[in-house]
Amino acid sequence: MSDLLAFNNVWLEYGNKIVLERVDLAIAERSFVSIVGPSGAGKSSFLRLVLGQEAPTRGRILLDGKALTPECGPDRGVVFQRYSVFPHLTALRNVMFGRECANAPFTARLFGAARRAAAEEAEAMLTEVGLGDALDLYPAQLSGGMQQRLAIAQALMARPRVLLLDEPFGALDPGIRRDMHRLILRLWQEHALTILMVTHDITEAFGLGTRVLAFDKRRIDPHAPHRFGATAVYDLLLTRKPPLNAPDLPREVLRLTESVIPNTEDKL
Amino acid sequence: MRWVNVRPNRRNSILLGALPLLLVLVIYLLAAAARHEANPSDKILPTPAAMVAAMHGLLVEPDPLSGRLIFLADTLASLERLGLALGICTLSALLVGMVLGVLPSARASFGGLVTTIAVIPPIALLPILFIVFGLGETAKVALIVVGLAPFLIRDLADHVAALPQEQLIKAQTLGASSWQLALRVALPQALPRLIAGLRLSLGPAWVYLISAEAIASDVGLGYRIFLVRRYLSMDVIIPYVAWISLLAIVMDLALAQLSRRSFAWAHQASR
Repeated sequence: MSDLLAFNNVWLEYGNKIVLERVDLAIAERSFVSIVGPSGAGKSSFLRLVLGQEAPTRGRILLDGKALTPECGPDRGVVFQRYSVFPHLTALRNVMFGRECANAPFTARLFGAARRAAAEEAEAMLTEVGLGDALDLYPAQLSGGMQQRLAIAQALMARPRVLLLDEPFGALDPGIRRDMHRLILRLWQEHALTILMVTHDITEAFGLGTRVLAFDKRRIDPHAPHRFGATAVYDLLLTRKPPLNAPDLPREVLRLTESVIPNTEDKL
Repeated sequence: MRWVNVRPNRRNSILLGALPLLLVLVIYLLAAAARHEANPSDKILPTPAAMVAAMHGLLVEPDPLSGRLIFLADTLASLERLGLALGICTLSALLVGMVLGVLPSARASFGGLVTTIAVIPPIALLPILFIVFGLGETAKVALIVVGLAPFLIRDLADHVAALPQEQLIKAQTLGASSWQLALRVALPQALPRLIAGLRLSLGPAWVYLISAEAIASDVGLGYRIFLVRRYLSMDVIIPYVAWISLLAIVMDLALAQLSRRSFAWAHQASR
């Protein structure tokens, strides 16, 4: 396994507020990295950096050894907690969108054989995520879980090098969330994906990830809390994984979780 | 049962909605009858028979000077001005509104200009329009355009700019260029909003049309009612006002129907 994504001494600052400091990470291809941490610890900023929504103030981010352009592109797919499907397109057209943009620069629409090919590919992808019966439904007609399945299918159509998930299952019911966990693990294995997932749910982080990054501030200046940024304070490689279809996570994981994630309130 | 929980069903709602209208009609008829009993030549509240008689001349008898059927000519002239103006407004709102909504740099440069133009009361510009464009059709159409376009442009630009950032990011991660983003993500979601904006603008559009026609014109629905006002011809004014209202309602319903037909996704209740 080679390094797909590398962070070399990355800093992110807004004016004199330091959000991230000294982030040095190497993320291997095909890993499933969970990112946890308290609110305001720069998890989402970290994801925005990878996504290219923002450029690092200092340091370099390398994707496949090349410096990352600070603009979103098809090499990085993303699924947000909400609003990551297009409400005006049916499920099928949502998934075809990427292909249409790639093959028709001016009209962004495909016709004839090219359209049929794209539609077939999209249909196969939707069937794979369990939306084979919902091809012609609009997102507003889909439940929250189905919308997230659609968003995942849409992202996978572009064959991204890295798939970024920003609290993708945060708004779902526990039962549906468990189905989604199984789905994302299956897709991760079948499509040989590299996934970065930000989550608030620590059980989810340990249950899904092959590696867990905990973001927090190493130091806090009580008089100027904004002058120290957060970084990956814990970097845990999980070698022993629970079986894919485990209905519930072993209690051991929970125990482990409590011991490695420090209670952040103690520091204030 | 509490009053807030009493919900009429579909048939009853139509009935309940028609009742006040009927009531107004009945009150008018009673008042007209009472006035005519006191003064048979009353002109202020004409009876339906008087209105039919007055309108008959305008409807079927050609005008001796121009040879046109006056009512038809008025309607066509007004609708032509209104249609032309609404068309220009729609096009300019789409072009300018989309550019302002999609491109932050365009919004920064021209957003202030559009806002400034939008706060100018259009009727105050009417003298300028008459001076610049003369008293012909151009000035009347221009008044409606000046009145509506800035509102529609702002509304559309704000709506497009307020699309969830997540959608725009997602489109970019799927490889969309700026043009594809505007064409496939922003434009389709802007269109139902544009129709909603047009529906809201219909009222002001009629106001500007009738104002322009009242001041300088030789044909048009607004021109006619201001002309016959000199002779206290309520028997012409009231049918004309009713006709204008009917046209406005039909246009509103047609736009609503168009939006529901073409953009069904925008009218589904989101779960």
